[in-house]
Amino acid sequence: MAVLTAPRKETREHTGHRPPARKRATRVPPVVLAFVLVPLLAEAFWVFWPALQGFYLAFTKWDGVSAPEFIGLGNFREMFGDAVFRTAALDTVIWLLLFGGLSAALGLGAALLLQQERRGVGFYRAALFLPVVFSLVATALVWQAMYQPDGLINKTLEAVGLSGLTHAWLADQDTALYAVIVPALWRQIGYVMVLYLAGLKGIDPVLYEAAKVDGATRWQQFRHITLPQLSSVNAVVLSVIVIDSLRSFDVVWALTRGGPYHSSELLSTYMYSTAFQSLRLGYGSALAVVIFLLAFGVIASYLVRAFREADA
Amino acid sequence: MTATHTPTPRTGPGRRRIWGTAGFHASAGLLAVLWLLPIALVLVTSVRSFDDVAAHGVGSLPHSFTLDGFRQAWVDGGQQRALINSLLVTIPSVLLSLLLASTAAFALSRYDVPLRRTLLLLMLGGNLLPPQILLVPVSKLSELLGLYDSLYALIGVQVGFGIGFYVFVLHGFMRSIPPEIQQAAVIDGAGPWQIYTRIILPLAKPAMAALSALSFTWIFNDLLWAITVLRTDTRMPITASLIGLQGQYVSMWNVIAAGSVIAAAPTVIVFLKFQRHFVAGLNLGAVK
Repeated sequence: MAVLTAPRKETREHTGHRPPARKRATRVPPVVLAFVLVPLLAEAFWVFWPALQGFYLAFTKWDGVSAPEFIGLGNFREMFGDAVFRTAALDTVIWLLLFGGLSAALGLGAALLLQQERRGVGFYRAALFLPVVFSLVATALVWQAMYQPDGLINKTLEAVGLSGLTHAWLADQDTALYAVIVPALWRQIGYVMVLYLAGLKGIDPVLYEAAKVDGATRWQQFRHITLPQLSSVNAVVLSVIVIDSLRSFDVVWALTRGGPYHSSELLSTYMYSTAFQSLRLGYGSALAVVIFLLAFGVIASYLVRAFREADA
Repeated sequence: MTATHTPTPRTGPGRRRIWGTAGFHASAGLLAVLWLLPIALVLVTSVRSFDDVAAHGVGSLPHSFTLDGFRQAWVDGGQQRALINSLLVTIPSVLLSLLLASTAAFALSRYDVPLRRTLLLLMLGGNLLPPQILLVPVSKLSELLGLYDSLYALIGVQVGFGIGFYVFVLHGFMRSIPPEIQQAAVIDGAGPWQIYTRIILPLAKPAMAALSALSFTWIFNDLLWAITVLRTDTRMPITASLIGLQGQYVSMWNVIAAGSVIAAAPTVIVFLKFQRHFVAGLNLGAVK
């Protein structure tokens, strides 16, 4: 017969410690083991095993046809002299800071604006949220139309007398990266807003009432109640943003493919084109390892938090 | 603005509230317009004729109405085929990954499986890996299996890569179901399979609905995995086909806009239908 556990009670008894030797001999029915093992094997087959291979391939030179040739740190050494890699790394950092910073700030701003339940707020929320369900490819094409020389953005600039600013936004090396960030932001802000809305809803209104009694200004309330109360949401948003930034691929690929002259190249697009267009699979894998290392800090901190949650 | 903390008796709360409401609608309205404008532009462009767009520019008001762009994208641009491909990948992937994830979450949350926390986090960790590290090996693996350039490879990798996250979310949800419910079933002689199908799965319905809506959009909107394991144009899903359309119909904005509308329609429909679940799902597990 199945041996049931009451996980919550059990862990509460000894929080913070490793569970002492199990009190009863637990016998998990084989079907339950299969319930875990089948999904685990599916993931191991398509994720863990390939990931290990990916790390190995980073130390090889491989054209995908002949056998991979082990070259140690050769790929990583090559990166130091690779100007495109430097551009891609720098662009990735810019992307992280701009895309990440702005989507967090504007998402929070939108959530603060739309937090109160009042007439029409559902419509505004839906409007901001709608792009979240679009594919980044569709998003990119929508904005490509906006960015055309005869598109809405230039027409608007002309109409308000700023025709000096009109631009071939995506074809100019100086603006391409920023022009690509805008659609990504347009899509991301609604998502971040939803996370913050949920966080704001969880704040006890009594805190604000107490602050008002003490004569706190709006800003003081925001600074000393809202922000600290949102700290757990902030952590989630931060992880989402960093992981999304490093994964960002579709929008750049659809808009510029990293061009012109690699000016909007991210590590992810450079990795893809190196591996699958230049067929330098070893070097591409090494670039992927760099992306992994950048993501690792976030992943690790996320897992630590998840570990604590799973513990609780 | 002068009196934020000392309420002035002259301006009654009524008047202040009216100004506050007006300010709110002005700023929120402006934001909504900014957000909806690109969508409106695409909808308008998709029903304009090519000559109209060529003569007046993509940013102008429409001077024509035609569904020709849709016909071209749908038939000549191969979007019909692409949409079918997308659904052929998305629907089985969603069902399979949720089935597998729910059994694993059930076992890990309701039974004393050895190493269950480690397993749970290992699975989540797999989902958090940047996909780039997997691209080359996965494409080679699918070649090795003879699955390269087939939709099966895409389904396999979507399921494998998604499972970890769904397990994590469902585990959190199932753990909150009181153990007494299950104990009663055990006393009645129910085995794990019955408990899973008759008790836990029905109770986990809200979380499952939220995750299906989410994973539908994620898998449907994916580009990277598709162009990694597929090569033939006629097997490509809608996202990749949209990029093809962009190359094929350069500056024919009415066709490209129509293609974007077709590609966005299914996820928008899912979103509108499951809006509540969808938003709840994003909050359930904010990893992606």
